[in-house]
Amino acid sequence: MVAILPLRLEGAEVCRKGKRLLGPVDLTLSPRGFTAVMGPNGAGKTTLLRLMHGLERPSAGRIAWLVPEQKARAAQAFVFQTPVVLRRSVLDNVAYPLRLHGWARDAARALAADWLARVGLADAADRPATVLSGGERQKLALARALIRAPQILFLDEPCANLDGRSMREIEAILSAAHRDGTRIVMATHDLGQARRLAGEVLFLYRGRIHEAGPAAEFLAAPQTAEARAFIGGEIVE
Amino acid sequence: MNEILQGMARAAWLVVTLDADLVEIALRSLQVTLTAVAIASAIGLPLGALLAVSRFRHRRAAIATLNALMGLPPVVVGLVVYLLLSRSGPFGVFGLLFTPTAMIVAQVMLLTPLIASIAHQAMRDLWADYHDLLISLNASRAQRIRALIWDGRRALLTAALAGFGRGIGEVGAIMIVGGNIDHSTRVLTTAIALETAKGDFALALGLGFVLIALALAVNFAIHGLARTEAGSRW
Ligand SMILES: Nc1ncnc2c1ncn2[C@@H]1O[C@H](COP(=O)(O)OP(=O)(O)OP(=O)(O)O)[C@@H](O)[C@H]1O
Ligand SMILES: [Mg+2]
Repeated sequence: MVAILPLRLEGAEVCRKGKRLLGPVDLTLSPRGFTAVMGPNGAGKTTLLRLMHGLERPSAGRIAWLVPEQKARAAQAFVFQTPVVLRRSVLDNVAYPLRLHGWARDAARALAADWLARVGLADAADRPATVLSGGERQKLALARALIRAPQILFLDEPCANLDGRSMREIEAILSAAHRDGTRIVMATHDLGQARRLAGEVLFLYRGRIHEAGPAAEFLAAPQTAEARAFIGGEIVE
Repeated sequence: MNEILQGMARAAWLVVTLDADLVEIALRSLQVTLTAVAIASAIGLPLGALLAVSRFRHRRAAIATLNALMGLPPVVVGLVVYLLLSRSGPFGVFGLLFTPTAMIVAQVMLLTPLIASIAHQAMRDLWADYHDLLISLNASRAQRIRALIWDGRRALLTAALAGFGRGIGEVGAIMIVGGNIDHSTRVLTTAIALETAKGDFALALGLGFVLIALALAVNFAIHGLARTEAGSRW
């Protein structure tokens, strides 16, 4: 497969109705690594991830993969903050990305069953996906995102609805994917999770990258007052 | 009141004795409308889905037009098809006027906008749900439409049934292009109109009850099929 990374953002902005939601952002995503995108509610984390994935058009600036956008999209996956489930069985949900790429139904279902077992949803395979709980939906979305072994995986607060045990399982899956070479960019509010998983942190504040650096350093000793307040506030709560 | 009772008795009698004329007329009603619904669905369902997933310049105008076409007066459609198919019209050479085919053509024109419009509404809601995911998965437009149609098939079934409901009870268009010819183009609705004009209210009512029963039977049969399919799937 052709490498799509690094990803380069130059002065990228997202505006809606004359209001700037994000940017300008200058940023390069290296081919390897695990980035946590942090920041208070409304800081622009979701908007940044969607911009990188191509779901939002930059109103200004540019964003470039190594290969043309359409081709790059095929090697990416995205887990939404609110998981989208297709109105079919859990198994067929996970098999769907493979079916889109021409896999035969049986082969796609076999691999999907494999992934369902990995995220702990094996028992739910034949259920309609629409009856899954919030946390189960997130696991489904993760399996569906990883099934095509993307080069880069965007995750928008993937553990927001998960209990402690599910969270550990998901983190193990993410670590394994990262070890196998998947670039991961994850928005999260969970400092512990950022500490456990991330190599670097992007701290967003009011639509701008306010601070960026290695995760250990950022979490231990943030440089800016806003990041200190954010981390301090999170610990106090 | 008396006439209604007589009508019910007449209907029961026609059905119990499997009156040959009644069976012929009822089957022709079914054949014309089911064929028209099948063709109109084949056009209207993908069209509705396409309108839901496409962004083009005059999309709003197209949707407004479609919704307006839903209310096409059947007699006018009948008149237009009549003119198209009449001997001097552009399709006159095919000699289709006053045949069941002409009735099907007229009903397809009536039902397609209705089916497309209902399908579009259902597909639009589903598309709002699916949009981000299907874009993210890099699905082609054809693949998006296929996903919407497959996952929204219940709603689409409702659209097709609404089309059937309009078609089976429709009289204005098929009367004009079919001509209500005995043993050739007579269907339940045109027969009812004829018997009413002749003053045979009992027979007209009897046919009316048969028509209602037929419409209900088709609806229940299709919903039953949909449920068994759903039951085996989930
Ligand atoms: N379509 C839109 N129109 C107007 N404003 C929007 C739109 N989408 C997002 N916003 C605004 O953009 C800002 C950034 O939103 P975003 O979803 O990126 O925040 P976030 O960092 O992901 O927040 P959270 O932690 O709550 O998920 C918010 O103030 C939000 O209200
Ligand atoms: Mg968000």
